[in-house]
Amino acid sequence: MTAVSPELIATHQLTEAEYGKIVRILGREPSYTELGIFSVMWSEHCSYKSSRLHLKKLPTRGRFVVQGPGENAGIVDIGAGYVAAFKIESHNHPSFIEPFQGAATGVGGILRDIFTMGARPIAVMDALRFGPLDDPVNGARNRRILGGVVSGIAHYGNCFGVPTVGGECVFEACYNGNPLVNVFALGVARKDEIFYAKASGIGNPVIYVGAKTGRDGIHGASMASAEFTEESKQKRPNVQVGDPFLEKLLLEACLEAMQTGAIVGIQDMGAAGLTCSTCEMGSRGGTGIDIELDRVPKRESGMTAYEIMLSESQERMLLVAEKGREEEVFRVFRKWGLDAVSVGQVTGDGLLRVRHHGEIVAEIPNQPLADSAPLYDRPHTQPLRTAPMQAPAFASQNLTRDLEMLLASGDICSKRWIWEQYDHQVRTNTLAGPAAADAAILRIKESGAALAMALDGNARYCYLSPREGTKLMVAECCRNLAVVGAEPVGATNNLNFGNPERPEIMAQLVESVEGMADACRFFDVPITGGNVSLYNETLGEGIWPTPVVGVVGLLKNGAPVGLHFRNTGRSVVLLGGAGVCDAVRFGGTQYAKAVLHQLWGLPPALDLEFEKRLQAAVREIVGARLAESAHDLSDGGLAVALAESSFGPESVGAEIDIASDLPAELLLFHEGPSRVLISTAEPERVAAIAARHGVEAPRVGVTTEGEIVIRNSSGELIRTQVEELRRIFEEALENKLRA
Amino acid sequence: MKFGVIVFPGSNCDHDAWYAVRENLGQEAEFIWHDADTLGDVDAVILPGGFAYGDYLRCGAIAKFSPVMQAVKRFASDGGLVLGICNGFQILVEAGLLPGALVRNAGLKFVCREVRLRTETTDSPFTAAATVGQVLRVPIAHGEGCYVADERTLDELEAQGRVVFRYVDNPNGSARDIAGVLSRERNVMGMMPHPERASDPLMGSTDGLLVFRSMVSAPAHA
Repeated sequence: MTAVSPELIATHQLTEAEYGKIVRILGREPSYTELGIFSVMWSEHCSYKSSRLHLKKLPTRGRFVVQGPGENAGIVDIGAGYVAAFKIESHNHPSFIEPFQGAATGVGGILRDIFTMGARPIAVMDALRFGPLDDPVNGARNRRILGGVVSGIAHYGNCFGVPTVGGECVFEACYNGNPLVNVFALGVARKDEIFYAKASGIGNPVIYVGAKTGRDGIHGASMASAEFTEESKQKRPNVQVGDPFLEKLLLEACLEAMQTGAIVGIQDMGAAGLTCSTCEMGSRGGTGIDIELDRVPKRESGMTAYEIMLSESQERMLLVAEKGREEEVFRVFRKWGLDAVSVGQVTGDGLLRVRHHGEIVAEIPNQPLADSAPLYDRPHTQPLRTAPMQAPAFASQNLTRDLEMLLASGDICSKRWIWEQYDHQVRTNTLAGPAAADAAILRIKESGAALAMALDGNARYCYLSPREGTKLMVAECCRNLAVVGAEPVGATNNLNFGNPERPEIMAQLVESVEGMADACRFFDVPITGGNVSLYNETLGEGIWPTPVVGVVGLLKNGAPVGLHFRNTGRSVVLLGGAGVCDAVRFGGTQYAKAVLHQLWGLPPALDLEFEKRLQAAVREIVGARLAESAHDLSDGGLAVALAESSFGPESVGAEIDIASDLPAELLLFHEGPSRVLISTAEPERVAAIAARHGVEAPRVGVTTEGEIVIRNSSGELIRTQVEELRRIFEEALENKLRA
Repeated sequence: MKFGVIVFPGSNCDHDAWYAVRENLGQEAEFIWHDADTLGDVDAVILPGGFAYGDYLRCGAIAKFSPVMQAVKRFASDGGLVLGICNGFQILVEAGLLPGALVRNAGLKFVCREVRLRTETTDSPFTAAATVGQVLRVPIAHGEGCYVADERTLDELEAQGRVVFRYVDNPNGSARDIAGVLSRERNVMGMMPHPERASDPLMGSTDGLLVFRSMVSAPAHA
């Protein structure tokens, strides 16, 4: 047995104090295998040791919540006896090291989190962040990472048979060395058939199902809990390899086995593999688990106990069955051609006991291993920011050209090249898929209802003010749902930050979480689960604070309202009006980024009360089927929203006339929230509803054929052809990829 | 009419096809597992989209050896209606029930989008309810949907009116814009686009129903 030296402790990323705690829990020095087990369970990735204290501030309860944080996924009630299970998870570090497999297994991991709860996955969305594709130094690598990530997501999701229905993709230099891949998945189950990851019933067999265990992915969770250095490329063997066909078999077999009634508890083997699934299931059930590693199906010979326990081979599950009914479970897995082996049993002593070759190689109390991980109140000061507060002087030479630059910019341009590689329709539930509406809409065949879902993040805003930026992001995500007529019922979050051991980074995390807590509480959208990804730093260079939120909403009326104008001669109404902005609040906009190449000041001002009224108004208008199209104003402001609204199949444009005191650049491109552009044949009824909610709803113009014209009191600001803008919008991403 | 929907372990459009013929068209439908030796009493067979056995080798290359495909071959040679959609089309060409092959898209990428299909013949049990030249809006979703065959085969397909659908804007490089073909006896059809995804008003197009409706109206085979 290897002796535990200080060096060995350090290579396991455990501090001296943490090691001392291990010794106290065990009452002795750990074995090598035990050290490995503790190191992955107590890694930042698995234990949330830096963030847990602050995550407690988030609201997690609500009238729709069936299951909050702590399980494999959160669950909300969607009516008629059905629930939706959903969560978002990051696969940032692996996707940098090996983009295709890193992203593919990110999809695989979150899908297992959903179906382990008994829910069949029906939708995936992803939030992606890359370095700029035309970055002078890193451009080629960024293009390769984007290509690899997108084809990895497509490969896994398409073969598995889950539609990828939406998401977002943003480019900033801070992601040059740290791309982000956050994958959201949602599944549907019957409310009375939810499964939990709990090992109960002393003497019940513990059954291993799915892929065989190999040496891949050992210490993946620890890798995801450290910064990148020049040597990080050598970690490629730590990235797992995905097999979506096997995952599809595992899905079908698990759902079918659940129907036998013989399954007591089930958990996927994701980060920290067999270690995490055994001790977490035991801890939740207040039981012990005794496993024999000789029985674990392996695809390589000579694997040590350490390797077997820490392997992150994909497409594996651990389940506890009712004693005596094993054969019913085995029969299902045989049908699907999968391994299913009884590897141990549930015990009453609370210990994770691991046997290998006739010896006990680890014996650890489950509960402290899973739940007593170190908890850190890391020091936090002022959030890191170097951007100036004061606005530079700027004046546009040509507003039409500015609009074209925005439509061609990485963040705003069409992402068709990405989403056409995803099967976004399989299972025939997608009523509004990518770029069709402000939120994706899926029908639930079983219940007759529909669900809307959206992902949002804005690191520019969050960099300028983590607290305000995060509130804006939550508000926008809820607004996206309101725009399609949906009522938000729950949310999931992915907190992507740099090194929490730096107080100015920790401050970003703390303020962002507090902002999220305030906004979620205000909009009554509880966080039912999520993921924290820290140490997104390479060579000391961290990412901007990048929280991402995914909100799920309920929709009574299935037929969707899209974002595109459909008919000419309709009234164009700007719910919420021209908005307010000043030069300081203009510094985080896409105009500042894409046209002025600068960043300054503060994010747009958000009036939460007004935002809530606006959302209620638009939800009512859309719900009453008074809007033919609806699109919220976000990146690029009014002008971009207007252009995007005109990119429908009919190329219906609009002629707009707005009275406002704002300078032209601000009027056209400011990103003040709480505004929605709609086209309607019934402007009076729209105005009446808006007035009832105390929301201004100026009729700013009329839809026309093929042209976009915007005027203010001083004259014409923009006049251009829809088709010309569309060409720029559609070709931009491919042009950048070709560079 | 009773449809049998074949289920390979990696089929993932099986439920969609089942839903289209059952819920959207009101016909009977049942699933048939890939190791079945017989097809039972079904009147028509659908080979759905998906990744039959993972398709890590050539698409459909392993599926052609499955027990159910031997039954499908017998069913087809007895004149039964067989519709292969996407992966089902790939399997039918691998199994030799249809000529040609489906290779990697010319763009080398998976493509999911709605395309327009021109109906080239109505002399088939799959398009009898259409009119020649009728353009249908139906989605595609495939990485290996580029139809290829040697010139003589292509000429023969054209001469015998066995090209059923052509892409109006070819999305994958298919020879002569071919999106769907018929067997010599015209009772087997393969198409890359997904008619089952265009069978529900909520999904934006119901043009795909025309294929299933034609099958239902086809005279029963002896």
